Amino acid sequence: MGDHGLLFEVTIYLAAAIVCVPIASRLRLGSVLGYLVAGCAIGPFGLRLVRDVHSILHFAEFGVVLMLFLIGLELDPARLWSMRRPVFGGGTLQMAACGAALTAAGLAVGLPWQAALVAGLALALSSTAIAVQTLKERGQLTSPLGSTAFSVLLFQDMAAIPLIAVVPLLSGSSTGSAGTAALKVVGAIAAVFVLGRYVTTPLLRFVARTGLREVFTAFALLLIVGIAQIMSAAGVSMALGAFLAGVLLASSEYRHALETDIEPFKGLLMGLFFIAVGMSIDFGLARERPLSIVALVVGLVAVKALTLAAIAGALSVSPKQRWTFAAVISQGGEFAFVVFGVAGQAHLLPGKWGAMLTLVVALSMALTPILLLVHDRILVRDERRDREADAIEHEGAPVIIAGFGRFGQIVGRLLFASGIRATLLDHDPDSIELLKKFGFRVFYGDATRLDLLHAAGAEHAKLVVVALDDIDASTRLVDLLREHFPQARIVARVRNVTHYLELRGRGVNEVERETFESALRAGRRALEQLGVDPYQAREYADRFRRHNVETLEELLPHMSDETRRLSVARAAREQLEVQFAQDRADFEGTSGEWTDAKE
Amino acid sequence: MVARVTLLYAHPYPQRSRAGRVLLDAVRGLPFVDVRALYSLYPDFAIDVEAEQRALLASDVIVWQSPFYWYGAPAMLHHWFEKVLARGWAYGSGGDKLRGKRVLWVTTTGAPDSAYRPGAMHGHPFDAFVPAFQQTAVFCGMRWEEPIVVHHAHQLGDEKLAAAAAEYRRRLEAL
Repeated sequence: MGDHGLLFEVTIYLAAAIVCVPIASRLRLGSVLGYLVAGCAIGPFGLRLVRDVHSILHFAEFGVVLMLFLIGLELDPARLWSMRRPVFGGGTLQMAACGAALTAAGLAVGLPWQAALVAGLALALSSTAIAVQTLKERGQLTSPLGSTAFSVLLFQDMAAIPLIAVVPLLSGSSTGSAGTAALKVVGAIAAVFVLGRYVTTPLLRFVARTGLREVFTAFALLLIVGIAQIMSAAGVSMALGAFLAGVLLASSEYRHALETDIEPFKGLLMGLFFIAVGMSIDFGLARERPLSIVALVVGLVAVKALTLAAIAGALSVSPKQRWTFAAVISQGGEFAFVVFGVAGQAHLLPGKWGAMLTLVVALSMALTPILLLVHDRILVRDERRDREADAIEHEGAPVIIAGFGRFGQIVGRLLFASGIRATLLDHDPDSIELLKKFGFRVFYGDATRLDLLHAAGAEHAKLVVVALDDIDASTRLVDLLREHFPQARIVARVRNVTHYLELRGRGVNEVERETFESALRAGRRALEQLGVDPYQAREYADRFRRHNVETLEELLPHMSDETRRLSVARAAREQLEVQFAQDRADFEGTSGEWTDAKE
Repeated sequence: MVARVTLLYAHPYPQRSRAGRVLLDAVRGLPFVDVRALYSLYPDFAIDVEAEQRALLASDVIVWQSPFYWYGAPAMLHHWFEKVLARGWAYGSGGDKLRGKRVLWVTTTGAPDSAYRPGAMHGHPFDAFVPAFQQTAVFCGMRWEEPIVVHHAHQLGDEKLAAAAAEYRRRLEAL
């Protein structure tokens, strides 16, 4: 990492990112372009603040691994299975069509057939990082277009494995048998399957029970790093292994906790990855042969985009969106770097082709955001006019119960018994286990975390029941809901009078003191045991409740004034005594059927 | 064989009702009478419909005893009608569970008999207020017994009240 040390480089990356990315976002160029520009600026051809680009790129690829893990978490096995046709059918078609077109182009510029084939197939791969990040920023990842693009990208991740394996064979410098390699791949996938399916969830439960948030995060990272190691040892794409692990954990109750914990790491590492790509752009080579580089970049993107647009119909992308689709995955991908690296070692690519193609891929990545910008300028009006409905998954329940302890459980069971499926948020792994058995949708985590609320679908919630134990947490949650999810009605459990006033002061109308009603019922039973008619006891309790609530409500305007609050409370107590004395007098002064009719 | 009686007593404040208590005490001890004090059983109006229906099925005679409020039944007794006399059980298709049982309405009023006539305080003879109760029973296929009405109950002398209570007991024993 150079003489400056790790912290210095971290400072450079972070500073470059926070300078370039907000500007790029502001100019509506997308964050990816911002990172790429930042990379160019600090790289060996810019300010030369960072030199060891390759180890950084290698490290930052872990961001792509984390991204694929997170995408896997969104797809449980059933949904993945339902995607088998777009993945295998659509993916094969894309690889065949783009691969053939690019190989032909390679032959046309005079490459030998082996080199043309390897380069053609490697360039047919697109960048998952660029495409997914771009789709996400455009809010199109879950649209039909986005899911087709993602299916194609997923297949490419798988196709890259044999491609990398086949390069040494083509160059005639084969090492090791194909059989052993295949066996290693199968073994690694089996290991990931066993880990994800049977080992991880009990371990997560164990770790969650410690209640130490950072240990949970550490374990989540360890899990992904470990799986990436297993896969890379077998020569399989680390990202694919992480994706598989994500899918296996998609139906786990810790899905959202994992998501919220991994997300920031993914974001930072993805940023670093784009910066590294920017840094790796070899402007020296570009200056040397500007025309051929420009021609190659334009050629690559044009051939790929035209081919993609041509097959878009067969991939069931609507005619209106085929150019968006083509633009989003028109670039070369990060796997191409690896393939060209291997091909260079195997002397498969003649002369400077290896370095040139690497540069072309990096530039094509940078071209994607620009291409989309141009595309939007030209086509945006048509698309806006009749944009197809996004098939976004709205799994958020209309009711969320935050806190599922003794209080929340009763609320939840009543709703459940009335046919309402609530989404439950709680941080106690033991009760979560039990609830899952009863078919509740339970998310493990801290309900006062905005990201968890988003994950639980709070933006679609009609109602949030705030049943947390902790007064501060409850108040915080109410603030969050008011600010970010104003459409959600709130029913809140309050622990005491101060808490009651806090929430009422925040405009929450539906508040229930947790012990008040049961204490009133106990009071009624006491009166009954002393010989008061049960219905009469109920009326006393009703009157007491009404008076009590009125008194509390009178305190609301005086919340900050302690002495005034006390005096209002004292006056109220006296008033209640007077009222009860009056009641007693009424009862004693009447006899017989005084309530009868209306004489 | 004596008829089994389920007696539904609907007074919100039983302790405050002298007439209600005297009448009830006169029949409470009869071995074939099952008293269900609705306001005490269900102070929150959360009537246990199944328990009520079970009690009715096990009886031959149903007594509705209550004060006369606003020319009708107290809220609880009316609520009981609504919940317990359910469609498909008490009336309508398959609603034959009460068929053939007898209903006796026992009520106490706050005004003298003379207040129930045209031009007087209540404007109509008391008979004008009976059909709603009677038809409720008939609609469920039950037989309507001549009701027991104790007027001016809270002003009634002890002797007269005792006589009314004795009459009540005699009627139940005769059913």
